[in-house]
Amino acid sequence: MIGALDSRIPHGPLTEKWSRHKDNSRLISPNNRRKFEIIVIGSGLAGGSAAATLGELGYQVKCFCYQDSARRAHSIAAQGGINAAKNYQNDGDSVYRLFYDTIKGGDFRSREANVYRLAEVSVNIIDQCVAQGVPFAREYSGYLANRSFGGAQVSRTFYARGQTGQQLLLGCYQALCRQISAGSVQMFPQTEMLDLVTVDGNAKGIITRNLVTGKIDKYAADAVVLATGGYGNVFYLSTNARGCNVTATYRAYKKGALFANPCFTQIHPTCIPQSGDYQSKLTLMSESLRNDGRVWVPKRREDCQKQPNEIPEQDRDYYLERKYPSYGNLAPRDIASRAAKEVCDEGRGVGPGGRGVYLDFADAIKRLGVETIRERYGNLFEIYHKITGEDAYEVPMRIYPAVHYTMGGLWVDYNLMSNLPGLFVIGEANFSDHGANRLGASALMQGLADGYFVLPYALPNYLAGQIGKRPSTDHPEFKKAETDVRAKIDNLLKINGKRSLDSIHRELGTLLWNKCGMSRNAAGLREALRKIPELREEFWKNVRVPGDGEDFNQALERAGRVADFLEFAELMCIDALERDESCGGHFREEHQTPDGEALRDDDKFAAVFAWEFQGNGQIAPPKLHREPLHFETVHLTQRSYK
Amino acid sequence: MNFKLKVWRQKNRQSRGKLVNYDAADISPNASVLEMLDIVNEHLLLRGEEPIAFDSDCREGICGTCSLTVNGEAHGPDHPGAACELYMRKFQDGETILVEPFRAKSFPIIKDLVVDRSALDRIVQAGGFISARAGSAPEANSILVPKHEADIAMEAAACIGCGACAAACPNASAMLFTSAKVSHLAHLPQGNPERVDRVVKMVQAMDAEGFGNCTNTYECEAVCPAEISASFIAKLNREYARAVVRRKLEE
Repeated sequence: MIGALDSRIPHGPLTEKWSRHKDNSRLISPNNRRKFEIIVIGSGLAGGSAAATLGELGYQVKCFCYQDSARRAHSIAAQGGINAAKNYQNDGDSVYRLFYDTIKGGDFRSREANVYRLAEVSVNIIDQCVAQGVPFAREYSGYLANRSFGGAQVSRTFYARGQTGQQLLLGCYQALCRQISAGSVQMFPQTEMLDLVTVDGNAKGIITRNLVTGKIDKYAADAVVLATGGYGNVFYLSTNARGCNVTATYRAYKKGALFANPCFTQIHPTCIPQSGDYQSKLTLMSESLRNDGRVWVPKRREDCQKQPNEIPEQDRDYYLERKYPSYGNLAPRDIASRAAKEVCDEGRGVGPGGRGVYLDFADAIKRLGVETIRERYGNLFEIYHKITGEDAYEVPMRIYPAVHYTMGGLWVDYNLMSNLPGLFVIGEANFSDHGANRLGASALMQGLADGYFVLPYALPNYLAGQIGKRPSTDHPEFKKAETDVRAKIDNLLKINGKRSLDSIHRELGTLLWNKCGMSRNAAGLREALRKIPELREEFWKNVRVPGDGEDFNQALERAGRVADFLEFAELMCIDALERDESCGGHFREEHQTPDGEALRDDDKFAAVFAWEFQGNGQIAPPKLHREPLHFETVHLTQRSYK
Repeated sequence: MNFKLKVWRQKNRQSRGKLVNYDAADISPNASVLEMLDIVNEHLLLRGEEPIAFDSDCREGICGTCSLTVNGEAHGPDHPGAACELYMRKFQDGETILVEPFRAKSFPIIKDLVVDRSALDRIVQAGGFISARAGSAPEANSILVPKHEADIAMEAAACIGCGACAAACPNASAMLFTSAKVSHLAHLPQGNPERVDRVVKMVQAMDAEGFGNCTNTYECEAVCPAEISASFIAKLNREYARAVVRRKLEE
């Protein structure tokens, strides 16, 4: 049983909490550090930076990733940039402003103290990355360049062409490589964590499967750090990499870690639409295109099959300009996404499957000339051409919203430690910093803040009481967890049914997208909660997983992940149903202002919803723990875009 | 569209592989070559046959995981771009398509089209980094980098680490990969203190992994999805010569 949630936020004024906390945290002396073994799962910006930094400090680190190299974690795909309150532009930025923008952008559903600390350490991240040789964009003077991003009125975003995530990841991958060659970090690529081992309530190890040989192994440690990213692939189609999954965090949840705000998912408005059932993933197109592109669909359904240039001006519905005259095509992400869904639901969508809207540059080309547009967006037009075969200089682009980030994750306290002592959760895998909606260029900031500058202080505070408590892998808890893992693999291989994994995963994704996607309502969520257990039953009766467990078996890898998604999906819908308000990316149709804006209910729902596992299905619904959010510094307001 | 596929199947590292024929029927021209393989695998699975193993992750050309040789070219005929960005509309309807793994002595085959590229990680571990401890970094704008130099560093740093360069090279040389990392760090003032050691150690590691030498065939540059210029190999040679001379002088 879990008692009242203690977020362990330090006392004192907001601006002094982190420095006071550092002063009061316990330490591990340098010659004692090598006695501690730390497991880090994941090698993206959060896990890679954590493993490298803990190795530098002298801990014995084991870092695991499912990819064939630590450098391939999905942080690599982030394009836009990383925020930091450097105020190099002298345009009024400050730590407080970055903090406030992030709290407001998250629709007042995150913790003040965590977000303030994030804004504080943001400046150190840029220093660290530059020292490592990250080739950020520069001015002719040699100083660092900035650009601006959504949700902010200052230019605080640092970038490396359209490859910021890649360059930051290579920075921390290289730092990791240095520790690997120094012997302080042992790297385990192509190795998946399949269970967490707890001893006397403390996280003390993991069970893994080597994806090449199929070998199941047990590893004991003094603490376990999960940096396994988000769960966007529960929707099947998302901008996530194919391998991204919820397995590590979900299996920790089944071992007692609380899962917080699982229904908070972010849907990005400008992605290349799905072109057929065969499609395996979606690709993001930078939001900046909406500066010059006009979004429209035909007014009449029967025009949807026509070529766009055959549809005269008076038969086009520039719906964002019509509905949101003051923001027009630059309406915020959640509004733009929902509006696109609405017109497509009305049968006015364009392209294959009727799931797309036009993003038209004809007016901008007429006004500015094709060369200016090429200069501004040339590389994006090329990506679009490569994927669709269409020339957006001649015909309008087609875009549609897609899942790309998840704000929910395992519950952690101010020390980034879950309710299970010794289990730390960092980066997208935790829930702590983005509330109900994440601002652009803030995911990279959070991953690196956690790994380089928060965990190195938070971890010793726990370890100081744990000297000599690392169990042996002969402990019965390890044996039990290993037996469970083997049984699960055997069960998957035994089903030998008639359906492919993809067909079931796609069905789950479609159901969630329709019932727990851009907008949700009680009836739809209840319907999803009826259907998910049926689909789970279908999976366990009728899926086909070929081959055996003692081999490189990609179908088996994916089967385990889909099985977890089929359970996790239910938790998402339960959370979405329980949160009977709209906030950020969580839009409950029952709760909107007369203009269709998200309507929060701060009296009832200014709280984190953290769920405790009680067993699967209707028989044992998860237990809700509420952590009230206290706002001592900011004033809660209705976000308005009018 | 319909295609005839010849796909390399190999059970594991030790066994002998062979080309096996498959039909890919009713494929959308907008599907990528990886999505075509997904569809073929779906059919194989339902027929009770073992699906074709192949690597992929981000499927948008940045993670460097996919590693197919298509019709004899690393990443296939639509350069620049990774195999995940190769769309079927680039082929003729009815065409026979040859799908093989990346082939290089230092990339042993794990299964079918999946190869082990950990040799590339070991080259970076040998010295492809700047030793900057978290917490010790100076204020970012105290290190000025002329824009021109920063741009060249960025061009080299864009390498996605896929290994196509070695797979395309007749000598299976990893010089383009190694030169990209050496050049990225050598063009930045932060990289200076370790410059001599870095290039020597990385070149030694490259040789120890069994990669061949560069004989200027430029196949690497032709297939590189990140458009890394072969001129960085010249930069690598200069850096190496400079390091060797400097070490001699110091003796």
